[in-house]
Amino acid sequence: MKNIEISKNKEDKILSDGVNKLTVSYSPHLHTNQSAAKIMWSVFLSLIPAGIAGIFIFGSKALWIISLGIISAIATEGLLQYLNKKKITLNDGSAALTGLLLSYNLPANSPWWLVIIGSFVAVAIGKQIFGGLGQNIFNPALVGRVFLMTCWPKYMTSFMKPLNAGFNVFGSVNYDAITAATPLMIVKEGEALSGLSYWDLFLGRHAGCVGEVCILALLIGALFLLLKKYISWHIPIIYIATVGVFSWIFGQKGLFSGNFLFSILSGGLILGAFFMATDYVTSPLTRKGQVIFAAGCGVLTSVIRLWGGYPEGVSYAILMMNAATPIIDRYTKNRIFGK
Amino acid sequence: MKLERKEFIKGIIKENPTFVLALGLCPTLAVSTAMSNGLGMGIAATFVLLGSNIFISLIKNIVPDRIRIPCYIVVIATFVTITELFMKAYSPALNRALGIYVPLIVVNCMVLGRAEAYASKSSVKNSIMDALGMGLGFTLALLLISGIREILGLGTFFGYKIIKSYEPMFIFALPSGALLVIGLLMSLFGLLKNKKT
Repeated sequence: MKNIEISKNKEDKILSDGVNKLTVSYSPHLHTNQSAAKIMWSVFLSLIPAGIAGIFIFGSKALWIISLGIISAIATEGLLQYLNKKKITLNDGSAALTGLLLSYNLPANSPWWLVIIGSFVAVAIGKQIFGGLGQNIFNPALVGRVFLMTCWPKYMTSFMKPLNAGFNVFGSVNYDAITAATPLMIVKEGEALSGLSYWDLFLGRHAGCVGEVCILALLIGALFLLLKKYISWHIPIIYIATVGVFSWIFGQKGLFSGNFLFSILSGGLILGAFFMATDYVTSPLTRKGQVIFAAGCGVLTSVIRLWGGYPEGVSYAILMMNAATPIIDRYTKNRIFGK
Repeated sequence: MKLERKEFIKGIIKENPTFVLALGLCPTLAVSTAMSNGLGMGIAATFVLLGSNIFISLIKNIVPDRIRIPCYIVVIATFVTITELFMKAYSPALNRALGIYVPLIVVNCMVLGRAEAYASKSSVKNSIMDALGMGLGFTLALLLISGIREILGLGTFFGYKIIKSYEPMFIFALPSGALLVIGLLMSLFGLLKNKKT
């Protein structure tokens, strides 16, 4: 009798020691050193070169638009979470990123209230109304942009001409015009592009939105994200390739007469493909789904560009495919192991 | 009396035909571009609802069950025709603005829905109160939606300009703006309803 009691005590002692020595927990046991906040801030960081390029091309007005966009997006998120008595999650950087992406999608000469209303709509209607980060169906920044585009097309389609100060060493300098058409608008009007080389398009020496013009800076950021494995190559590369091939096949002068390089380098395609179509929340989860999603984005973008009413279709294409994401996810579900 | 008041009040918030029952959304989306249209549509629908509720409540015991829907439609169509002719005679501008949506009140699911779900089972007095309450709820909802859309989308209030330098938010004048406003208001109503219970 006594013996048993002793052994029981011993067992208890071993158990209590064991609790201190070993931590028993449920799976998953492998953790990556990642969090939503870390990824958001990395994307934010990777977009900074494009912002600097934008400021270089359009001057201090671009800096003003970008800071206004970020501040108003953060203010909206904080205010709404405070009013809803929710946990205030400004640290995760998603509001700041939304504001940054929205301002990159605006012309540098937009009025201040346009930026603030856009940020408010992006965060409030694009995200918070669905329940915050991770619940939104559509890319918030694009919701804001499309809202502004529908409300005030006048301001959203009058683009500032690049400043040309120091940056333009090759082309001729023309200080007269303040606003100018984007390359895609010129082509849509059926006019020929004069004095604009691929190099100009690549470096961003043409009219356009703040953050979309300098392809070089965007690619630097995209490369950073790819190397860090925050995004995979599937969505952006397939998206861009689809647009290029589609535009090449259905050229203006008959089949297979389109301009592959021009369609890729102009408009907001690079910004959209690398930074907005790859949004974790609003794009499909599986590889197969991502391929369908990217191809769909590409086809829709080209269709809008070639036959639609607008010169550029990246934002509409991504939003439409966002809407299709749940159904893509449903049909591309991975087989459950063992079933 | 108390019960009748309850029948009247319920249509405004608790069973608001637009935001809670989600009835008659098609004309709501289409005519809510301006407040005058919204008010006109609301009054027209209220009149039809009142007439059809009274008559259907009166004939509820005579009509055989099998053919009740055609009978209801005939009653409703009669009142819609009265409304349309009246509108054409006294307010042709409103009639032009509302267009096809006046004759379409015949198939408005709010009117038929109240006839089927309420008037065919209740007394005349209660049916009158129900029709008035539902009609008022519908009119108020239309006024709210068209008010938001007109003020934001056109910068006017019943056709009068409020702020001179206002840049209209064009999206609210478009059908997409109507869907947006109705969706947001529905979620607001849902929030208020959940908070109460």
